[in-house]
Amino acid sequence: MDASLPAHMRPERSFQGFILALQRFWAEQGCVILQPYDMEMGAGTFHPATTLRALGPKPWNAAYVQPSRRPKDGRYGENPNRMQHYYQFQVIMKPSPPNLQELYLKSLAAIGIDSAVHDIRFVEDDWESPTLGAWGLGWECWCDGMEVSQFTYFQQVAGFECAPVAGELTYGLERLAMYVQGVDRVYDLNFNGRDGDAKVTYGDVFLQAEREYSRHNFEVADTAMLFEQFKMAEAACKKYLDAGWQKNSKDGKREAHLMALPAYDQCIKASHVFNLLDARGVISVTERQSYILRVRELAKACGEAWLHTEAGGAA
Amino acid sequence: MPDLLLELFSEEIPARMQAKAADDLRRMVTDKLVAEGLVYDGAKAFATPRRLALTVHGIPVRQPDLKTERRGPKIGAPDAAVQGFLKATGLQSLDEAKIQRDPKGDFYIALIEKPGRDAIDVLAEILPVIIRTFPWPKSMRWGARSGKPGSLNWVRPLHAITATFGLETEEPDVVKFSVDGIETGQTTYGHRFLAPAPISVRRFEDYEAKLLAAKVVLDPERRKDAILTDAKQLAFAQGFELVEDQNLLDEVAGLVEWPVVLMGSFDQEFLATPSEVIRATIRNNQKCFVVSDPKSNEGKLAAKFILVANIEATDGGATIIAGNERVIRARLSDAKFFYETDLKTKLEDRLPKFEQIVFHEKLGTQAARIKRIERLAAEIAPLVGADVAKATRAAHLAKADLLTEVVGEFPEVQGLMGKYYALAQGEDASVAAACEEHYKPQGPADRVPTDPVSVTAALADKIDTLVGFWAIDEKPTGSKDPYALRRAALGVIRLIAENALRLSLMKVAASALAGLSVKPADAQKLPSDLLAFCADRLKVQLREQGARHDLVDAVFALGGQDDLLMIVRRVEALGKFLDSDDGRNLLAGTKRASNILSIEEKKDKRTFDGAPDAALYSLDEEKALAKAIGEVKTEASAAVAKEDFAAAMSAMAKLRPPVDAFFDKVRVNDDDAKVRENRLKLLNEIRSATRAVADFSKIQD
Repeated sequence: MDASLPAHMRPERSFQGFILALQRFWAEQGCVILQPYDMEMGAGTFHPATTLRALGPKPWNAAYVQPSRRPKDGRYGENPNRMQHYYQFQVIMKPSPPNLQELYLKSLAAIGIDSAVHDIRFVEDDWESPTLGAWGLGWECWCDGMEVSQFTYFQQVAGFECAPVAGELTYGLERLAMYVQGVDRVYDLNFNGRDGDAKVTYGDVFLQAEREYSRHNFEVADTAMLFEQFKMAEAACKKYLDAGWQKNSKDGKREAHLMALPAYDQCIKASHVFNLLDARGVISVTERQSYILRVRELAKACGEAWLHTEAGGAA
Repeated sequence: MPDLLLELFSEEIPARMQAKAADDLRRMVTDKLVAEGLVYDGAKAFATPRRLALTVHGIPVRQPDLKTERRGPKIGAPDAAVQGFLKATGLQSLDEAKIQRDPKGDFYIALIEKPGRDAIDVLAEILPVIIRTFPWPKSMRWGARSGKPGSLNWVRPLHAITATFGLETEEPDVVKFSVDGIETGQTTYGHRFLAPAPISVRRFEDYEAKLLAAKVVLDPERRKDAILTDAKQLAFAQGFELVEDQNLLDEVAGLVEWPVVLMGSFDQEFLATPSEVIRATIRNNQKCFVVSDPKSNEGKLAAKFILVANIEATDGGATIIAGNERVIRARLSDAKFFYETDLKTKLEDRLPKFEQIVFHEKLGTQAARIKRIERLAAEIAPLVGADVAKATRAAHLAKADLLTEVVGEFPEVQGLMGKYYALAQGEDASVAAACEEHYKPQGPADRVPTDPVSVTAALADKIDTLVGFWAIDEKPTGSKDPYALRRAALGVIRLIAENALRLSLMKVAASALAGLSVKPADAQKLPSDLLAFCADRLKVQLREQGARHDLVDAVFALGGQDDLLMIVRRVEALGKFLDSDDGRNLLAGTKRASNILSIEEKKDKRTFDGAPDAALYSLDEEKALAKAIGEVKTEASAAVAKEDFAAAMSAMAKLRPPVDAFFDKVRVNDDDAKVRENRLKLLNEIRSATRAVADFSKIQD
């Protein structure tokens, strides 16, 4: 931890200081610090900076905060740590550096978790995203019995082998900050590190939103519209993918793709709309599987397109 | 003789894979050594979260020299054959070959001497192959090399390989090889946090000692012992008892290199939640042990838990305990909240939701399934001696707990929670018990329920499942049995046999079929198909118990057998009979009769059924046999009618002396065609007499 920081910026005092400490740490490891992607998504992994950049041979190191929307996890602000909107901090390094575990442990030290008094453990947890057609091996990282991060070596994304493999770290920011600040209720987190009247809590920022969105996600979200949106996003994704392929004039072979990113946006959209429909309870168990498969088909087609772009193609 | 030390140092290996990996490593290396002619004295393998280690001691320094002889062409053979021989054996010319004299012509013999190689060179060759082909259940690629084909697959990134070979008294040599850019050496590392510095090791003894000094207990058994001893001690010191849990112990020992056992507490108020839920929460989510309070009756849980940390913390573990308590408090308050929320809704009020949940695409919703089970339960109840109203009620409620929060969170307490919730809403005790027990028996070792209400619900549930999946042709094939139908069938058999129930499985299956909305094309055949499947399961079950499974075939071949209890009883009686002298000899006699008959039947292209003509008997033995058959048939049939299979078998035993005497004295193939025919008919009578109890031709010798 940086002792020169003013008190209100220290990671154990303020949520924003906590995020800044992580960003600074990973910036020092050579990561580009991105800002959140401007679309609703269930996890930081959906950000094209992870999903798409994990594919292809080119090196890529990035870190960013991503708001994660999990409509089903809403609890009307009444559960101390479950929310339909929370922050993930995401690090992706391709190829995975040999000392990624040590870097991770140093990052914990940077946010005030001292391995001399905390019990930090790497517990098997293989990650799989059926919607992204992705899987990897790794761990959930435990600190004193609490899962604080997910650590994954991506093996496959969008149905394609990762070559080389990227290492992905996902920190559950609120949970870690609660531990470091010693609060039991997420809404009690000190957001800005100030005291007295100047103090802003996580609840001040998000409690109302949790109540409103829980009502929306579970009770009111317009399912007819959402069903329509799913279809539209799916169709648009396919349309953009079709339009983006550049084919060889002689044999009609696909050579390059010019619109992988816009097409992938529609895949993200479809995935989130599906999550909302799921929260509304209007998708039956059997239908659920087929929706997941439909999103996966989009993700795979986008991955294939990405591998034919400048950033995703051969070095 | 020298020893090998091998260590594969990696990132954290999943706990559940460690024991098998250590075993595989030992087996693969030692098998290969033996195959290379290097017979060793002993080998032991170990695993921690970060390393697999192997020591093999007493390996010879060199392989023995191998001498082989190879036979070549005859003297004077064509040049092509000679050249081929020289090329294959590496001889310069035929002068180097020996000549072997042989009456059929003289041959060239090449003597090939393959000098043994140094063991260290052999090791350098075999170890990398073993590493590259190691059978991890799941393995991965990593790092820059993973971009290229042929990169190493390991369970998690592999960082260092220690491989030394040498005598106890000397400085050992490094077995030099490299895998995926990792060069072997003699440097390993201690505990990740407590002693991370590199350690130089020479051989196993100093390796193990240096690791221990660097806060790594290499042997998983030692870690388990330490955890168990400390955990018991810690619980005992506070007047509690550790609730032992072998699977959890195995797992926890695979999560730490330096186990430090600590005890934490949670609020008393959580103890109002069922102890199974508390235990599932603490065990599954936190991998901690629970402790019981011996002063309470039934050994109720105490508000304590035991955790196993991987470090000796500088604050004595206070932070670690506080952190774990926090998580456990949150988990338990979730569980308590789930439980209390569940209690607010009656089980039956949950049922409408099942109308939205598909059980199987072709078999309709869960709601439809529950209705079928209810209907079937009402039919089975009188056959089992259960109260129809209670059995139907149990079938009505038994699945409802699947929709509760607690079961959603911990699927392993399904059924059990149903019982708690049923009791809480004032259901009859048998109905509540059936909510739990209708899933039973879950396997060959599981308890079979005895309460008639539970038995009814369990049978109705399983038979509906079996008939349903049969109707949509989703029968188990080979190793695939996604709907656990084999287990369901065995459950039906055990429920019936162990409760001595009399019911016609065919009738119940036909009734279950009538309740289905799908109408399979071969509906007529389905109940008997299903019965045959149950017979197969019975055979497997008997075989696993070491009993004779062919007896099931012998009983089934009689046809019309669908009373499982009677089948089981008959098989038991038959087994006992065949263990006796009389039984064995009668079986031999019957088989002999059958063999003769089938030969003669083939010869004459006809069968020899029909009653023999008493007027044609010329020998006493014939008459005696005919008389005995008549008596035994009557007696055995009467006993079978009374379901007294032991008596039927005793009756059968009376056949033995006349059968033996007949074969002794009577020539079946008499010159007189009429006498021959009559004797063959008599043989056929033996066969048909034994069919009163079983088809002896299906019994293996």
